Amino acid sequence: MLLELRSLAKSYETQTGPVPVLRGVDLVLEAGHTLALTGESGSGKSTLLHLVAGLDTADGGEIRINGRDIAGLDDAGSAALRRGTVGVIFQQFNLIPSLSVQANIAFQARLAGQHDPARDARLAEALGLQDQLGKYPEQLSGGQQQRVAIARTLAAQPRLVLADEPTGNLDEATSGAVLDELLSLVAQTGAALMMVTHSTTLAARMDRHVHLSRGRIA
Amino acid sequence: MTRAGLSALWSYWRCNPLQLFTLITGLALATALWSGVQAINTEARASYDAAAATLGEGTFDQLLPKSGDRFDQSIYIDLRRAGWQVAPVLEGRLTGADGPLRLIGIDPLTAPAGIMPQTTTNDAGQSLSDVVTAQTVFVHPRSVAAARDMLTSPVVADRNLAPGTALADIGTVQKLLDQPGQLSRLIVAPRQARDLPALNDVAPDLRRLSANQGADAGRLTDSFHLNLTAFGLLSFAVGIFIVHGAIGLAFEQRRGLVRSLRALGLPLRRLIALLALELVVLALLAGCLGILLGYLIAATLLPDVAATLRGLYGASISGTLQLRPEWWLSGLGIALLGTALASGGALWRTARMPVLASAGARAWAMTAGRARVWQTWLAVMMLAISLALVWLADGLLLGFLCLGCLLLGAALALPACLDRALLLAERLSAAVRWQWFWADTRQQLPGLSLALMALLLAIAANVGVSTMVSSFRLTFTAFLDQRLAAELYINARSPEQSDRMQAFLVQDGATLLPVQSVDTRLAGQPAELYGARIGPTYIENWRFLAQGTDPWERVASGEAVIINEQLARRADLWPGDILAVAPGLSLPVAGVFGDYGNPIGQAIIGEALFRDLHPEVAVTRFGLRTDQPEALRDRLEARFDLAAGQIIDQAQVKRMSMQVFERTFTVTGALNILTLAVAGFAMLMSLLTLAGMRLPQLAPAWALGLTRAELGRLELLRALILAALTLICALPLGLALAWVLLALVNVEAFGWRLPMYLFPVDYARLAGLAILAALLAAAWPALRLARTPPADLLKVFANER
Repeated sequence: MLLELRSLAKSYETQTGPVPVLRGVDLVLEAGHTLALTGESGSGKSTLLHLVAGLDTADGGEIRINGRDIAGLDDAGSAALRRGTVGVIFQQFNLIPSLSVQANIAFQARLAGQHDPARDARLAEALGLQDQLGKYPEQLSGGQQQRVAIARTLAAQPRLVLADEPTGNLDEATSGAVLDELLSLVAQTGAALMMVTHSTTLAARMDRHVHLSRGRIA
Repeated sequence: MTRAGLSALWSYWRCNPLQLFTLITGLALATALWSGVQAINTEARASYDAAAATLGEGTFDQLLPKSGDRFDQSIYIDLRRAGWQVAPVLEGRLTGADGPLRLIGIDPLTAPAGIMPQTTTNDAGQSLSDVVTAQTVFVHPRSVAAARDMLTSPVVADRNLAPGTALADIGTVQKLLDQPGQLSRLIVAPRQARDLPALNDVAPDLRRLSANQGADAGRLTDSFHLNLTAFGLLSFAVGIFIVHGAIGLAFEQRRGLVRSLRALGLPLRRLIALLALELVVLALLAGCLGILLGYLIAATLLPDVAATLRGLYGASISGTLQLRPEWWLSGLGIALLGTALASGGALWRTARMPVLASAGARAWAMTAGRARVWQTWLAVMMLAISLALVWLADGLLLGFLCLGCLLLGAALALPACLDRALLLAERLSAAVRWQWFWADTRQQLPGLSLALMALLLAIAANVGVSTMVSSFRLTFTAFLDQRLAAELYINARSPEQSDRMQAFLVQDGATLLPVQSVDTRLAGQPAELYGARIGPTYIENWRFLAQGTDPWERVASGEAVIINEQLARRADLWPGDILAVAPGLSLPVAGVFGDYGNPIGQAIIGEALFRDLHPEVAVTRFGLRTDQPEALRDRLEARFDLAAGQIIDQAQVKRMSMQVFERTFTVTGALNILTLAVAGFAMLMSLLTLAGMRLPQLAPAWALGLTRAELGRLELLRALILAALTLICALPLGLALAWVLLALVNVEAFGWRLPMYLFPVDYARLAGLAILAALLAAAWPALRLARTPPADLLKVFANER
């Protein structure tokens, strides 16, 4: 089992006291599979994704990736997890504005110490970015920027790709095209994909669809 | 991972060269001003040490003549025969085309170890016999050429000597100075026989000066160097404001990058280490530039400082600089320290920032909201400390602490004061355009705060220092008029010549004012005791700062003493208090007089009493009152074959004194101008940086009907208004600074307090200069804004920026 969540719980402190966001989520995801995570705003989708990526820490429960519990990881450990095992694609792209498209694509793989220029080139070609490599993110459209973010994540060859509404900032036609490319490339690498989305149309294209409601799987 | 992280961090600077330039330049300027001042201080101290080491000052006791500055060599021989282990010294000056050369003659056979130059035994291969037989003269390397022009003896360079000083065998120096058989002093070896006859029995004309009683130039000039250091620190603080602004902005703008790097797997510790490494590299780069600049500044200012120290304290320092390791290492150290100070907060916030924190630029949020409230409270606290120190400050360091708290407190309070003023303007505005203008200006305030604080400090320093210097100049000019009442001043070559001249002058009908003094200790302080021939000149011209009844009559009759302000303040002696002027003789203080420019205490008693106390002192200097100074001068010169400098007229003395005065403040004036220039640079860089972030705020105003040209003009107006408001705050601050300098720092540093005068024309000129600086700084960003392509403004609405 690539990913296994057991009784995962998380709450946030507010001025009026703790607000529970996840109330005991159980979930599994096998290698090579895709999973859509849907739910209304505030249902805990993004929080769940952040916990799995080691960007935040859970209050209770277990997160096992490749059988290893990541709950006790310190900052360096969770950073290593994100460099090597897990790749995150953000809704806001999170590209490095001062680096060229080519440098952005190579960046995470360089961090992970497994940079392969040939693989970068193949990804750029597959995502239609081969003519944009010398440009900077601000010179690209939203769709192109998200393609760069996908290429960056996949260039590092993660076992698990986490995508937080990757097409949320894109128009319908572009988002469809970007998702096609993402699914195709994930399938080629044999990685698993967990994607948060509001769109039931996009969710329907995944192997599994899990709906979160009030911090629980509905 | 490290290389990838560094490349991402460095790419930010590559895309924001203006910010990089601001950071490097700000830090380089801060380092330059600081290290420039330190270079001057280091050079001066090295010169003092070299001078003291050359003569064994501060190390060995010395025997000096009780009167005059020469004595016969036979006294030395008598002392040696009586068993005294002493070494003879002859000092004198030769003047050549490149200025004076101080010649010191010693006896290499009897001089204590450490006084002879190192060169005699090493690099020049000179032996002791060469020094004596070949008449070799040792000089500082930079004085070799000048010495060769003046001297016929072989000249050898020696780095251990003070600049402008030459050392040779005493026989050689006696020949060069044409003073055969004459000595200036004797150095007393530390080990002496137990059954030595008393000094008075063998050499009654000599007095013993203990090692710790000698004139220590380093100690005397400490105040001067502390003043310079304070100015260097102020300039450094202004520079650090720029660096703080540039680093703060860079960290704010890189919040998104930091979040991305961490989300992509760069550990926080590694990230902080990389950020710190980046700052260290930038600090070292800027530090090297700053040291280079500082060297140029120091090299430019050093001749003035050298002249000042020579004029004020008689301390001889080199007019040229050496690249001393302790200086450039401290320059790099201060660049690193400045960077650490400026970036510590930003690094700390980054280290504590959660990885999922919002990446939106907060535009220097540290000065906004809650932080500003804290800043205002801190300002109030610092101003309160400063106020308390006005009463409690005792000592120069506390005086400077008072100054520091005042300046820093005022700078921290500035944003809150400006915010209140702008809010008031907004409320008073009726037209919607002006309401928007004032509100928008308030929004700009956090981004401009640091530059405005730097401007405030620079203007206040200028107002404060110019007030102090101008007040000093007025007081000093009046003081010279009082003190230099005699038309001519005579310096006789010997007591015999003095006696003949006095007899001639009495016959000629001139009024003589003898200058007779001894170096002594009064109330535990090193001081000079003068005997004055009280007459109309003193009574009509001298003004007392504090006096009892009939001071002159009582001094003339030997019933009282008058003292200078330095002694009064240091020993807390005021009219009515009792001062011991000699063993067994205590006199009441009848008055305290101003004595500006004199570093040590002084007391004056009547001539008759002085003669009773010190019959050994011969009068060799005196002033002359005459109606026809030119004619009398001609008669004296014809009769006595006077050398240059033996007779000086009043105008000449005043001119020399004013020259020393003006040169004293050349350095502070130059540092002031540099500080103002740095503040202007800070303003320019802040405005330029902000201009790039302003489009989202200006685009709506443009879309609603304001033209780009109008927006550009309003930007210019905004800068002018902010500069003018800062100026309004800076004026009272500058006057407070002047008061602290005059009433606290000067009293502690020099021992005198000066009255404070106001100079509105000077302030108006400075205000014009500051407004002009702000105008120039705002012109470029405003022009850029006026020429912004509409497409760039439209991007704001398309959310494509």
